[in-house]
Amino acid sequence: MDKATQVPIYDSDRQGSAATEEFWAILKYRYLIVQFVRRDILTRYKRSALGVAWTMLNPLGTMLILTLVFSRAFGGSQEGYAAYVLSGLIAWNFFAQSTNAATLHLVWGGSLLKKIYIPRTSFAISATGTGLINLLLSLVPLLIVMVIIQVPIRWTMIFLPIPILFLAMFTLGIGLIVSTMAIYYADIAEMFQITLTAWFYLTPIIWSPEILPELYGLWITRLNPMFYLVELFRVPIIYGQVPDVRLLLISGGIAVFTLFSGWMFFTSKSDEFAYRV
Amino acid sequence: MNLHTESEPQLTANMQVAESQENVILLDNVGVRYRIASEQVGTFKEYLIRRFQGQIKLGDFWALRHINLSISKGEVLGLIGPNGAGKSTMLKLIARVMRPTSGRVLVKGMVAPLIEFGAGFHPDLTGRENIFLNGALLGFTNDEMQEKFDRIVEFAELWEFIDVPVRNYSSGMAARLGFAVATDIDPDILILDEILSVGDESFQRKSLARMKGFRHLGATIILVSHNAETILEMCQRVVWLEHGQIKMIGASKEVVEAYQASQEPTHEPTQ
Repeated sequence: MDKATQVPIYDSDRQGSAATEEFWAILKYRYLIVQFVRRDILTRYKRSALGVAWTMLNPLGTMLILTLVFSRAFGGSQEGYAAYVLSGLIAWNFFAQSTNAATLHLVWGGSLLKKIYIPRTSFAISATGTGLINLLLSLVPLLIVMVIIQVPIRWTMIFLPIPILFLAMFTLGIGLIVSTMAIYYADIAEMFQITLTAWFYLTPIIWSPEILPELYGLWITRLNPMFYLVELFRVPIIYGQVPDVRLLLISGGIAVFTLFSGWMFFTSKSDEFAYRV
Repeated sequence: MNLHTESEPQLTANMQVAESQENVILLDNVGVRYRIASEQVGTFKEYLIRRFQGQIKLGDFWALRHINLSISKGEVLGLIGPNGAGKSTMLKLIARVMRPTSGRVLVKGMVAPLIEFGAGFHPDLTGRENIFLNGALLGFTNDEMQEKFDRIVEFAELWEFIDVPVRNYSSGMAARLGFAVATDIDPDILILDEILSVGDESFQRKSLARMKGFRHLGATIILVSHNAETILEMCQRVVWLEHGQIKMIGASKEVVEAYQASQEPTHEPTQ
């Protein structure tokens, strides 16, 4: 507690741009992110008897139902449809849950934001962090399912961190944008839910792109960022391939662009949060 | 730390010391403008419709304007004024929660905002877990909180309940824990927004003693209160804000009296 050595000085004139300020602040407050993630994980499992197992059982249950109902309709020709659906669900759930949580947390944290200084992006970042932990946990049932239905587990799995990183960047970017809008308009959270449902069906999670009619099918996939990210996620696990450069560049581009836009949008508005929430 | 028996002469002595020292807070021609839609648009659908009809007009509202104020090290400054005068906005500027629209805010030292204790508590987490969460919200690391932990629990008198979820605490217990976390610090600048009434009487005495302890350690304190007695007891200098501008600034007694006189006709000061 030696004050003389280090007196922090805050000068509103010497502040850099909001976007870079926020970045340094997050580095300084990284322990807060850890605490937020810890809180989310702890509180989620404290109340449920199944605990951590729930994270693994939830997508597994959805997968079972979808496989029973849709395997003939959408993926009849496909070997290992169950693993195909499950991997898509894991990627999608991460995206949907984290962006939702980012919105909820920021609105929840509004009363705090009015009173003490904390980096505002910490809500969206910790929501994405919690999502990442859940994603990693749900890889366990995926591997088990793959063993059971005899989808070979290949060495290309080591490429998995790349799609996960891109997916997380995209998710954080969207989370920042949607949560900013939710601060201003109460109905954004609800509208985003509806958008997510539509988006889910427009992304090849339960169906495979081959079933699309040629005429407009291409556009459904081409214009959908989640198409590339889910595909990139599946390549090293399900297809057992090394992701090709084209897919890597497109996905990486989407990830960087979305995160950058989200960060700039959020930080340009975040000084207003203190009187908006 | 039983300091609440301190006498008047000491206070005046403090003031003279304060005057000779450097400024720790400087507000230089500060203004804060809120941009608010003329009509409250609550939903995005409504916004789109009105936008389409060209009905959105943004109005400017200056919550603070032309504020010049310097606060020296060790000073205890009171802030009074009716609701909506800009008191909270001023605290937010100093606590870095907001940036000024115009002018410059300079703050030297670590600011501890003691506003609404336990705001970040999660009911499902235990007292222990919440101490670490709350500490992180105040910008402390895990190691720093480890070091503080025993003192915090001791001060809050909650050893028996520390591993019980906070949802099972009485509101007094939660407030005590929040207060203990927030005040186990060595701040340069302390911001107090009407908080001297936490817990039962004995705890209130304890917390007041801690507040006075900060003053003796040389902390600069900014106090917002509607209670004239508290202001007169704690502060040397008082700022009276009205409509976002400084209406009067000077020795506590004069300013408080002038303010009370202005409030006379309504008999009861607002809130």
